[in-house]
Amino acid sequence: MFLLTVYDQDYREEWPYLTGRELQEERHVVVLFPHPDDESFVAAGTIALLNQYGIPVTYICATLGEMGRRMGHPVLANRETLPELRKQELERACAILGISDLRLLGLRDKTLEFEDEEWLISQIGDLLSEIHPSLVITFYPGHAIHPDHDALAYAAVEAVARMPEEIRPTVYCRAISPQRFEALGKPDVVIDISTVADKKIAAMKAHQSQTKEMMKELEQKIAAEEPEAMRWVQREEFWTYTF
Amino acid sequence: MKPINADAVQSCLERLKGKELFLHLETTSGAYAAHHAGKPFVAGAFIRNGLIRYQHGKIKGSGPYRVGLKMDLGWVYAEGLTHFVIDQRGRLLLAGYDDSGNLTVALQLSEEPFDH
Repeated sequence: MFLLTVYDQDYREEWPYLTGRELQEERHVVVLFPHPDDESFVAAGTIALLNQYGIPVTYICATLGEMGRRMGHPVLANRETLPELRKQELERACAILGISDLRLLGLRDKTLEFEDEEWLISQIGDLLSEIHPSLVITFYPGHAIHPDHDALAYAAVEAVARMPEEIRPTVYCRAISPQRFEALGKPDVVIDISTVADKKIAAMKAHQSQTKEMMKELEQKIAAEEPEAMRWVQREEFWTYTF
Repeated sequence: MKPINADAVQSCLERLKGKELFLHLETTSGAYAAHHAGKPFVAGAFIRNGLIRYQHGKIKGSGPYRVGLKMDLGWVYAEGLTHFVIDQRGRLLLAGYDDSGNLTVALQLSEEPFDH
């Protein structure tokens, strides 16, 4: 779970592009993230739109966030019961967003960068060959702050890079590093999610052990129409990965 | 989990003394600590299912608490412990939470391996 309020502040330009309509042309979308809740924070609005358009979405979730530090407030779990709780929260979020195909890789939180890289790439490559998506959504490798985010994103783009060009899906990456604009320029894909903002809020809330406190604050800020908070429920931005 | 009851923890440490045990020991400042604090420093370590046996174990302090386990050839130690539970499987789970309710340290002992 990450908070964007701090590091979004230097980016106040007008929204560069709105490409929500292009989503309707997708055939099948794979969302690939390491932790239950990454999907809601990064792409809940986009997923909800895809669901409205009748486009199937598969979520490949690598871990169950076993090493998360938040246990809920008041405390809902301990180190040993947390994985089951986070799995239930994830299933609730998937139901809200219309994700019917959830694949759990069963890896352990905070260990992805230490896995055998080739093994991880082939696991993802096999799933992508089976699912055959037209679009993959993940983090931008090297610009995702958490080592799990970066390791999984790297494996994802590498797995796609190894596919024959004619069946290679498009890859939308979310960059969250403070230097992302300097390094990557503006995001070339900005999805207007304002029509499904309620779904995004509900999905984020479903991950209650991680989000209960911040959602209270966020909802107050949205009610006050604070620009930083409004970004959460109005737009999701991605960089198309160039192979 | 509940705030630590030192007597309950101590008697559990007595019960587990001399047995072959699986250890989960963890400290963490969180993967986003550097990001939020703006400083390039994150510290943490964990071992899961390390196999240990201790001669004696003690809980000390008045909260947060410290636990030390003396082994034949060394020590296991954790500080900053605030909460505990002895779960249905008889496992002793100890954890420390900071002011915002985030886990900062965990020390757990079990007679059977921890899952995963």
